[in-house]
Amino acid sequence: MAEKKKAKPKTKTTTRSKTKPGPKAKGPDVEGLTIRVCVGTGGLAAGSQEVIDSFHTELKAHGLEAAVEKKCVNKTGCRGFCAKDVLVDVILDGSTSTYQRVRPEKISRIVEEHIINGRPVEEWLVGPDYHTFHDKQTKILLKQCGQIDPEDINAYIGIGGYEGAKKALSLTEFEVIEEVKKSGLRGRGGAGFLTGLKWEFCSMSRATPKYIICNADEGDPGAFMDRSIIEGNPHSVIEGMIIGGYAIGANTGYIYIRAEYPLAIERLKIAIDEATKKGFIGKDIFESGFDFEIRIKEGAGAFICGEETALIASIEGKRGMPRSKPPFPVNKGLRGKPTVINNVETLSNLPSIMTKGASWFSSIGSEQSKGTKVFALTGRIKNTGLIEVPMGISLKEIIYDIGGGMEKKNRKLKAVQTGGPSGGCIPASHINMPVDYESLMRIGSMMGSGGMVVMDDATCMVDMSKFFISFTQSESCGKCVPCRIGTKRMLEILTRITGGSGKESDIDLLIEIGTDIKLSSLCGLGQSAPNPVLSTINFFRKEYESHIKKGICPAGVCKALRQYVINAEACKMCGKCARVCPSSAVIWQPKQKAVINKSKCVKCGACFDACPFNSIM
Amino acid sequence: MNEKKCEAILNKYNEEKGSIISILQDIQEGFGYIPEDVVFWFAEKLNIPASNFFGVTTFYAQFYLKPRGKHIITACCGTACHVKGAEPIINRMRADLGIAEGEDTTADGWFTLEKLACIGACSIAPVLIVNKKVYGGMSPDKASRMLKEYEKSSPR
Repeated sequence: MAEKKKAKPKTKTTTRSKTKPGPKAKGPDVEGLTIRVCVGTGGLAAGSQEVIDSFHTELKAHGLEAAVEKKCVNKTGCRGFCAKDVLVDVILDGSTSTYQRVRPEKISRIVEEHIINGRPVEEWLVGPDYHTFHDKQTKILLKQCGQIDPEDINAYIGIGGYEGAKKALSLTEFEVIEEVKKSGLRGRGGAGFLTGLKWEFCSMSRATPKYIICNADEGDPGAFMDRSIIEGNPHSVIEGMIIGGYAIGANTGYIYIRAEYPLAIERLKIAIDEATKKGFIGKDIFESGFDFEIRIKEGAGAFICGEETALIASIEGKRGMPRSKPPFPVNKGLRGKPTVINNVETLSNLPSIMTKGASWFSSIGSEQSKGTKVFALTGRIKNTGLIEVPMGISLKEIIYDIGGGMEKKNRKLKAVQTGGPSGGCIPASHINMPVDYESLMRIGSMMGSGGMVVMDDATCMVDMSKFFISFTQSESCGKCVPCRIGTKRMLEILTRITGGSGKESDIDLLIEIGTDIKLSSLCGLGQSAPNPVLSTINFFRKEYESHIKKGICPAGVCKALRQYVINAEACKMCGKCARVCPSSAVIWQPKQKAVINKSKCVKCGACFDACPFNSIM
Repeated sequence: MNEKKCEAILNKYNEEKGSIISILQDIQEGFGYIPEDVVFWFAEKLNIPASNFFGVTTFYAQFYLKPRGKHIITACCGTACHVKGAEPIINRMRADLGIAEGEDTTADGWFTLEKLACIGACSIAPVLIVNKKVYGGMSPDKASRMLKEYEKSSPR
């Protein structure tokens, strides 16, 4: 980079806050230096620990031991834009520069040019897409995730943490419930029940003791909002639980969390320890006379345990099977006592509702859906990551403005799947619809916990519904017949269709079985399991018909409807294809090119996947 | 059976008023899987029918009644990973490792390859976890190369 004037480097506004010209090359000044490195699961997988280590060694190597000792290098939670990990903020004298895709080998130059000489390394800074990704978002919950060290309670207190709990405990229980009711906050776990109302029901129950449970059993494949919130800001969840516990009169809280989230569990444990030491958990909190304790219960890998009554059974140490409601958990929950179960995101909203007030919260969002919603934006989209948007935003804005459009330029948007295995697909033609509880329900999908998987025209919708049904089928607890046997039958039919032997009557049969399962299943899992199938039949019936009548998978995904040939030019004679072939259809001898015997081929695609040279087509 | 290990778990259970699930989690932590004789030992000590233990064990995906491999490879099969091609990666690894049909562990007990519904790292899909280390943005080729490295660093 040709930089002529040292004192006034040309800074494009590629950073989030205004980048003031760096300080004149006056040597290292540790006072105004902070480095933030994202250490969410995404960041760690991209190597953020190595980046931190490298910062430490490089800072020392450049005579900046003081920076290491003063802990200038901070860990933060997920800031959402995981596609660009590892993201690093370098804050020097109040001006923030954000680097993307940082690798350990880049650190030396960043330390030298930016931290010592005050000139950010322009070519590694985030580009304009980082801003478009953030501009349309309204960050309430995620704002703090990317700023504070999740393992340091003082960082949370420093940004006003535990003020909400303090305020709540100065009010009466009734006033707290009224405030939450007025805010219009609805459960973020999927169904969207009014949180304040749920609390009121529980507080009216006479039986004691009462319990509050945080549902962190985020089982939806394709969703990771709760994991990121806990990893990035565990104290907000704990504070929410204190507020909720106080409002309903519970002295014990449980956090039921998936064992698949080891990092989140570790951070929660640290956070609970620190909060206990500070007196936010324990006896006589804020001298209000209110006692509260929190215990962590690890799940053991069962999707059904996200259902309230199954979750309770699991905490009690039983098989996690749901029971019929009523009685609802607010009347008879854990150990037969009144219990409120709130989702992570719901709880995390409470501190700011208490400090900023119900009217502030209800000013965000749409008529019936208040506040913001966190979505996990994934699939075939350019900017994958975690986003927080006001309720009622259009899908189009999410996909094209925040998401940056399709991952591959030559591909077109086909559908968006929301609500995971309980939700449905929204076709590209409905892209202008607002995203809120009611609109999603109307189109046959649901808010769910917030997974949003974007699909392009290389995705087969029949294969997608088979994927979801095979998931719900294997996760069905087996207690009620419609769900246990119905999903099995649906899976068989879908396997038949994707396997090339579908019957013409199959589509109607799927609709019939699906409708029956929805009507007659015991719990939410069964009642919503057919949604992915029914919604794809509704919007993509032609695709099903093409599989059945023409034997063609338009997206080219269903293997059985393909023809496999070996490209002799590309074949390197390794023989891997012959070894994996279950029907001995691949003819191969050492040092000879392989050939597929079409009459024996069962089109399983094993050879295609096994070939290291992409020579099978 | 290691009686000392069992005693320790039992003591912890009595102190913390745990549940069957927490006992099983501790057994698995200590033994690597849930050995049958250990279950019977606990059933007797606690006067809880062994069937209760097995009922819970078979209900949850996290409990294993068979010993597992030295290296555990977990392939995420969540929606995002599925859309981005988890299946071809799994097929390639099965072929590379030579895991027999219907099994999830190599015959010599060196590698276990298992599927998981979703680990929640969707933005870096497709994802593999090897011995608790997360690998994002995988492809069949990358997975092959990664396996070779593990084979090299820990020869059978």
